[in-house]
Amino acid sequence: MSRTHVTTTVNGDALEFLCEPHETLLDALRNHLNMTGTKEGCGSGDCGACSVTLDDRLVCSCLVLAAEAEGKSIGTIEGVSNKDELHVIQQKFLEHAALQCGICTPGLIVSTRALLQENPNPTEEETRYYLAGNLCRCTGYDKIIRAVMDAAETMRGGGAA
Amino acid sequence: MATVIFSSELQRLTGEEKTIVDAGTYRELVDKITTRYKDLERDEIMKMAVAIDGEIIHDPLLESVGDNSEVHFLYRISGG
Amino acid sequence: MSEAREYKYIGQRSIRPDGFDKVTGRANYGADLSLPGMIWGKVLRSPHAHAKITKLDVSRAEQHPGVMAIATYKDFPAVSSEAFEAGEGATDLLDLARNILADGKVLYDGHAICAIAALTEAIADEALSLIDVEYEILPHVMDVRDAMKEDAPLLHDDLFTQGLPEQPDKPSNIAARMELKKGDIDQGFADADVIVEREFYTPTIHQGYIEPHACTVRYEEKGTSMVWCCTQGHFDVRASTAKLLKMDLSKLKVVASEIGGGFGGKTTVYLEPVSLILSRKSGRPVKMVMDREEVFRASGPGSATRNWVKIGAKKDGTFTAMQARLCYEAGAFKGSPMGPGCMTVFTPYDIENAYVEGFDVVVNKPKVAAYRAPGAPQAEFAAEMVINEIARELGIDPIDIRLKNAAREGTQTLYGPKLKAVGLIECLEACKNSDHYKAALKDNQGRGVAAGFWFNIGGQSSVTINMNPDGTATLVEGSPDIGGSRASMQLMAAEELQIPADKITPIVADTEVLAYNGTTGGSRTTFATGMAVIEAAQDVIRQMKERAAAVWNVTAEQVDWVDGTAVNTAGEGRLTAVEICAGADRTGGQITGRGNINARGAGPSFAVHIADIEVDRDTGRTRVIRYTACQDAGKAIHPSYVEGQYQGGAVQGIGWALNEEYIYSKDGILENPGFLDYRIPLASDLPMIDALIVEVPNAFHPFGVRGVGETGIVPPLAAVGTAVANAAGITVTELPLSPPRVLKAMQSSSR
Repeated sequence: MSRTHVTTTVNGDALEFLCEPHETLLDALRNHLNMTGTKEGCGSGDCGACSVTLDDRLVCSCLVLAAEAEGKSIGTIEGVSNKDELHVIQQKFLEHAALQCGICTPGLIVSTRALLQENPNPTEEETRYYLAGNLCRCTGYDKIIRAVMDAAETMRGGGAA
Repeated sequence: MATVIFSSELQRLTGEEKTIVDAGTYRELVDKITTRYKDLERDEIMKMAVAIDGEIIHDPLLESVGDNSEVHFLYRISGG
Repeated sequence: MSEAREYKYIGQRSIRPDGFDKVTGRANYGADLSLPGMIWGKVLRSPHAHAKITKLDVSRAEQHPGVMAIATYKDFPAVSSEAFEAGEGATDLLDLARNILADGKVLYDGHAICAIAALTEAIADEALSLIDVEYEILPHVMDVRDAMKEDAPLLHDDLFTQGLPEQPDKPSNIAARMELKKGDIDQGFADADVIVEREFYTPTIHQGYIEPHACTVRYEEKGTSMVWCCTQGHFDVRASTAKLLKMDLSKLKVVASEIGGGFGGKTTVYLEPVSLILSRKSGRPVKMVMDREEVFRASGPGSATRNWVKIGAKKDGTFTAMQARLCYEAGAFKGSPMGPGCMTVFTPYDIENAYVEGFDVVVNKPKVAAYRAPGAPQAEFAAEMVINEIARELGIDPIDIRLKNAAREGTQTLYGPKLKAVGLIECLEACKNSDHYKAALKDNQGRGVAAGFWFNIGGQSSVTINMNPDGTATLVEGSPDIGGSRASMQLMAAEELQIPADKITPIVADTEVLAYNGTTGGSRTTFATGMAVIEAAQDVIRQMKERAAAVWNVTAEQVDWVDGTAVNTAGEGRLTAVEICAGADRTGGQITGRGNINARGAGPSFAVHIADIEVDRDTGRTRVIRYTACQDAGKAIHPSYVEGQYQGGAVQGIGWALNEEYIYSKDGILENPGFLDYRIPLASDLPMIDALIVEVPNAFHPFGVRGVGETGIVPPLAAVGTAVANAAGITVTELPLSPPRVLKAMQSSSR
């Protein structure tokens, strides 16, 4: 099998990699680019642990072929914080104890960032439905939803809805 | 004098629900009850956990037993 | 225990020390390690529920380019039947080996047959298809009731029921029977004004951790081999793996990666011994990662049960007799949580007459593993449903009937000891006084209440605290942190040492660094490892006092430890921890505190939940409207993570009650091995979960800790089951309460 050469941008960095035609974007990130922050929970698009943005569109990277990254801009968990300065969403997840084991956390943070870009002032119900593609088995979602709502408020400038 | 209370499974071997034992330590207590009840096997008994006055102890080999202690043998408990 | 003590650090909602790595993607989980020269392992699994392997020819796969090694059962050193303690209690070594790689016979859909290591995952997958296997299909049995029948297909011809008065002469699928009794059950029922009895069914369910099992290993013939894996207990991974492969414990280093959920499911081994065999044969590091389908088909789900309960009560609600017959599926090998089921089923109640009989039964499904309070949810579901039915028949409030019979200090439990102070009554009262319980319901809504009990356990923990020359501390523990326990350890160490929590860095060390640690499970970590932390901290303080005494030329008894500072009571002088550590080189070398314990005195834990459910009368769809989870923590070290345990346990229980089940075809093939069809609760399925923390201190712990991880999954099954029954006007005896089942019950309801 011949390998495909892919030129892409990940978290603002211009990168290249070689991949097999059958490999997913998730495989490429984890195995070729050593970016293991994006997690695999199911490989079938059901759990959201591998959520990344592809040209600002939220996708499950396990459902995207690596070759499709050609010429695109990819956003992963590794690019959410500014060096060691956490993004508000990350800070709120910590303050609200919105993670237990933490395996779903990268996907949830990437999804939350996409949610708040689309809708800076979501209701609880809108938040719950937007994040319905990100499974968490530890928390019962309560503290996650609180963290997201609090992050949204802070990002809006602290004003009431 | 400690009171030893037997579970229903152990009662099949002891024929009674409880007994009074003059023992200051767990080992002494096991010696005495296994002598008293021939069907109680020492190895089997020593695999069980005990509760001494409500405190569950999984590996009681070196425990002491109080004057009015109540002692129960029970299955070892694990968890998830 | 010091009830009056005011805490400076304990009870704070601090930021967890491992939080930064986990929100930035830097934390490394089971599948995140790669090594130079590493190859990939894949497993061939049975497509049949029960079959003899008549031919297993790997020669074509062996010749396939890129294949480096193949492992089968024959690669285990001779293994014999032998009970040993590891992870989730006693395991039979032979069963463990035969579950990891089948020995001539497959016992369930997904049962591992052999494994291949190859240069890439794709090559390993291709090579699996080149293995030539022939099967002679055997009749299978998928339900505990069928498996117990005299003429049922037998899984093992060497399995004889344990626990019968007479040793049976014929093998059967019933691995064990046990009974517990107290008082006079017949008299108890004779004294009752009302008696309710029912049989309940609960399906096979899965823990549903999001991270699949994964490991990366390197076998060293002459040196020390290494296993990196996601596990709740790396010391027990080492114990099991070394035992299976006949290795010295000191020649096998197991590193616990961060763990992406476990709930009891990561307390045993599947891939680790196989990958070591592949590494030994190939001379390469090997990585193995289960896919989601493999996790469902071939890891260790929770037991399906058929549990019958009969309870008698007086008109005033006093229970006079409680009886149960509990039948648990073990999966393909003996060892269901039938024992804890029997021991927990009626423990929330102070009852004079009780009789419980339990059966551990093998069926053609994967061998069950522990699942959060293993065995308790299924048994207590049956008991609590019957209690709610009695309360309704007698016209008594369900909380009041529980208050009337509640276990309390001095209650003689059916499983053994008399209870010390416990918090059931406090939980019942907190629920009764909650806004939730007073709120009115609308049309098509129902409310359910249930109590739950779990023992919690202690066990072995080893902790070291290394004081650094700048007065900061590194706390070395061996309990994988599954839900924020590093934060608890940090707070407890800070409380004991009286130095700021952020000056203490907790790490989870590998098996070479510390003495043995029991597995994270049984709600033991904050309790038992916490006790080891306290002991290690006290050891540090003792040494700090000695060092200060040496500086002042007084005795250590003349030194007090106040606010992280040594105070000379025989004269002038104060030395802070920072100063003592900075000068440690001149007073005898660096300071290390050690706490190696076998913790006893675990605190029994009770919970009470309230569920409000709305039912759509046209479709049978249910919706959780409001939910309260109340539980006795003893002492909440980090309240946010305690609440998180209550909320997470409640939601797993809600999923169990409403959605989750293994669905098998007639041929015994699992039909829903994925998150799309095995539907765990989503954010959009749920309301907020109100968590109420009750604190009745555990008399046997310095801070009063009980452990909080498991009890919260016990009440939801009956709380939700009763709420659905009340909302839909149906009788509930089977889970899950999926829309088709609820709709059917509503259409034929006689209630």
